Amino acid sequence: MNPTDTSHPDYFHKVVDCQWACPAHTDVPEYIRLIAQGRFTDAYMVNRKSNVFPGILGRVCDRPCEPACRRGRVEKKPVAICRLKRVAADHKDEFLDRLPPIPQVKNGRKVACIGAGPASLVVANDLMPLGYEVTIFEQFAEPGGLMRTNIPSFRLPQGTLDEEIGAIVDMGVELKLGHRIESMRQLLGQGGFDAVFVGSGAPKGKELDLPGRQEGAANIHIGITWLESLAFDHIKSIGEKVLIIGVGNTAMDCCRSSLRLGAKDVKVMARKPRQFFKASEWELEDAEEENVHIVVNRSPKNFVVEGGRLAGMTFDVMEYDIDARGRITAERVTGEEFIPADDVILAIGQENAFPWIERDLGIEFDKWDVPRVDPSTHESTRPGVFFGGDAAFGPKNIIWAVEHGHQAAISIHQHCQGLPVTERLPPGVNLQSRKMGMHEWAYSNEYSAVERRLMPHVSLKERFKKINIEVELGFTAEQAVEEVQRCLNCDVQTVFEAKLCIECDACIDICPVDCLTMTPNGEEAELRTRLKAPARNVTQALYVSAPLKHTGRVMVKDEDVCVHCGLCAERCPTAAWDMQKSHVKWPHAADQPSAARLPDQK
Amino acid sequence: MTFIPKPKIAHPSLPRNDLGLTRRDYEGALSTLCAGCGHDSITAAIIEACWGISARPENVVKLSGIGCSSKTTAYFVSGGHGFNSVHGRMPSIAMGANAANRDLHYIGVSGDGDSLSIGLGQFCHAIRRNVNMLYLIENNGVYGLTKGQFSASADIGTRAKKGDVNQQPPIDPVLLAMNLGAGFVARSFSGDKAQLVPLIQAGLKYAGFAVIDIISPCVTFNDHEGSTKSYAYTREHTEAVVAADFVPLQREITADYGAGEALPVVMHDGSRVVLRKLAEDHDPSDPHMAYHSVQQHLARGEILTGLLHLRPTEKTEFHALNRTPDQPLNQLPYAKLAPGSKALEKILARYR
Repeated sequence: MNPTDTSHPDYFHKVVDCQWACPAHTDVPEYIRLIAQGRFTDAYMVNRKSNVFPGILGRVCDRPCEPACRRGRVEKKPVAICRLKRVAADHKDEFLDRLPPIPQVKNGRKVACIGAGPASLVVANDLMPLGYEVTIFEQFAEPGGLMRTNIPSFRLPQGTLDEEIGAIVDMGVELKLGHRIESMRQLLGQGGFDAVFVGSGAPKGKELDLPGRQEGAANIHIGITWLESLAFDHIKSIGEKVLIIGVGNTAMDCCRSSLRLGAKDVKVMARKPRQFFKASEWELEDAEEENVHIVVNRSPKNFVVEGGRLAGMTFDVMEYDIDARGRITAERVTGEEFIPADDVILAIGQENAFPWIERDLGIEFDKWDVPRVDPSTHESTRPGVFFGGDAAFGPKNIIWAVEHGHQAAISIHQHCQGLPVTERLPPGVNLQSRKMGMHEWAYSNEYSAVERRLMPHVSLKERFKKINIEVELGFTAEQAVEEVQRCLNCDVQTVFEAKLCIECDACIDICPVDCLTMTPNGEEAELRTRLKAPARNVTQALYVSAPLKHTGRVMVKDEDVCVHCGLCAERCPTAAWDMQKSHVKWPHAADQPSAARLPDQK
Repeated sequence: MTFIPKPKIAHPSLPRNDLGLTRRDYEGALSTLCAGCGHDSITAAIIEACWGISARPENVVKLSGIGCSSKTTAYFVSGGHGFNSVHGRMPSIAMGANAANRDLHYIGVSGDGDSLSIGLGQFCHAIRRNVNMLYLIENNGVYGLTKGQFSASADIGTRAKKGDVNQQPPIDPVLLAMNLGAGFVARSFSGDKAQLVPLIQAGLKYAGFAVIDIISPCVTFNDHEGSTKSYAYTREHTEAVVAADFVPLQREITADYGAGEALPVVMHDGSRVVLRKLAEDHDPSDPHMAYHSVQQHLARGEILTGLLHLRPTEKTEFHALNRTPDQPLNQLPYAKLAPGSKALEKILARYR
């Protein structure tokens, strides 16, 4: 293998698995260290820079970072990254004075954002400090989009939403509430906007067209619409027996909300076995803790209506053959079952829908009636019109919408200056040694063996008394202190300088997880088999050095299970190994080189 | 040395030996030697070797005297027995322990000071008695613990860190051991685990006194230009002449070796050491030829490594020679171990 090119900005970024997995590339180890030092506001600001809504995401993020966390590979469970984010948000002090100043003199460019969801809010957050005038149009009476309408308040309190959305709106965003955009033609023709960002989400819940759907319509609800009505207090009750069709995260919100509206018997009906569920494992656990019954292998057949009122549903009982790789190879119907219900909520997915965008504006739609959007610039086929969030590529989650907002803001900034939207600052990485003395490092390198802390919950007796009692209490101080030490500091990189190495083997002998090997070079696949411990996780790179000066062998590091304890560097007599903190610079609109010089800035 | 404990976690796919143990189970306390010390690599090689032959940790006895090298017995097989003796007197302790319990693996770890200066007499007599033990000399040519004075193994012309040049001739433990009739004499280098680990395994299985002289650079006092025991010098001047592959009992010798080149030597428990000659002019089975080739190469400034001499000596092993009981003393019935005053009377009567 050739020596690893560690100057490529992705190399060390990939070693920080959580940050690499995060769509917004939040600097997780850095904010966890700041929490450990009690610097909560600093930790909050590190978060806010990339994910903009730390308090919200610290409660409801889909946490792609946690399955990626290296801790999950050396021990059973990953660091509770998401809930530590909430710790920073819960304990922060005043932060508004740390936000970038908003220029009094505007740059003369106007941007319209459609929908006041996370994507549009991030566009405003990134462009307001650059002097843009941003207007957000929102159909409902309150901003927040899906964060407010689809996530029940027992998971995400109103106060948290108001604070973090308020921080953006107070930058001087013109927020037009209750203002539904009915025609893109009209907006483009008369709005006087230099750019339009469509962040209108995926507001159309999927329908289940089975016999009895029309007859029982009064008691059959579309999940996301039902949650919306609940969020705005339009509904107050539900029947005693409720069936939820579908087993995604929306289904979990529907079943838990039903319990709080007075339902006694809530069943979530799944077509397939548990390993195929779409809902996150922790959302399933939370629902099951509240005695929601999840019934597997039931495929909806028809709605049963008796005397003009919904009486229940009939399901096919399914059986599946699953092969060794976990795929379904065959399915059979083995019977039929009737399950009584007073209400049925359909939570089988959602789609984006654009009846308000005329099809002759130069905004092309593909065969699924989804707009053609460039995945990196977010520009549609009509220059100056951008899409982000669920509106762009279908339903994802909040953290994706945030990153779409950041990327779209860069494009809008380029577009408004007459620069190509594809001309974007590439990501960069900085390295800085953490060496403080003979055996001292500017980070806590001792491995803590504690297990993942459990989130304390409001008791089952208390939590149903009101619909907006937040179930999760947040980590206590003691829990946070323990949990932060579980982070392995993957951003403190092991950096090797081949020309200093005297091949004494000290690093190899001390490494607790057998990451290091000195061996004759070879092809990657073959080299992986003759390391000190076999490197079977091919998604994790091998770090291969230049030839060593005594024997011409190479130093190979398997990044897979390195716990960044720094013992290799402590044992190295020549400082060929060093522990260096990598700081990934993931550019936003304000970082674009041309940021300060708009052509006609007044 | 290091300030944090070594994390108690391991690579998830770390291999296990016949006892179900991983290498980590053969570790000891964290080393307090200088970073980059050759001794730490030797410790790692001992760990690897003990793991590889599936030695029961409770059957390992670690013995040492005084010096940097002698500290290292604390750093491997924490489940074993240990004795840290007076300077240079480790062979006596090993002798006594071995006489009492012949069933254990005896690993003596010593240095060039402990074995070639203060303990030279002890070293020689342990060879004469053919004690069944593995004797490792962690040889760095200086007294590291007292700030780097030349030791008895320093070569003529080698330069100390402060510039002094050594004028006195060295004692070579390999030549000395062959001269005194040792049956297992090897030399290796701390920076070459591929060679060292099988040597340690073969030495542990050898019935009789096995000595390995291991060049182990002192990274603090003897790793500079002008030193003949630095990492760089050793790598440039060593030549492996005999490779030894340890073949455990269960495994068949694979046909990797050409006929005539490979010489399998059966150890007393049935396991084998396969010797491969890497140089034409060195014959490991003949003590006189081996002695001469080592000496000739030394005169040219070349250090031969490998299992330089191997010859079965179980007939003259201490227990065989003294017709001791087959089992350890602690397993003998009390009546046999202490036959009583009448038996003593009988013995004494023979001398009256």
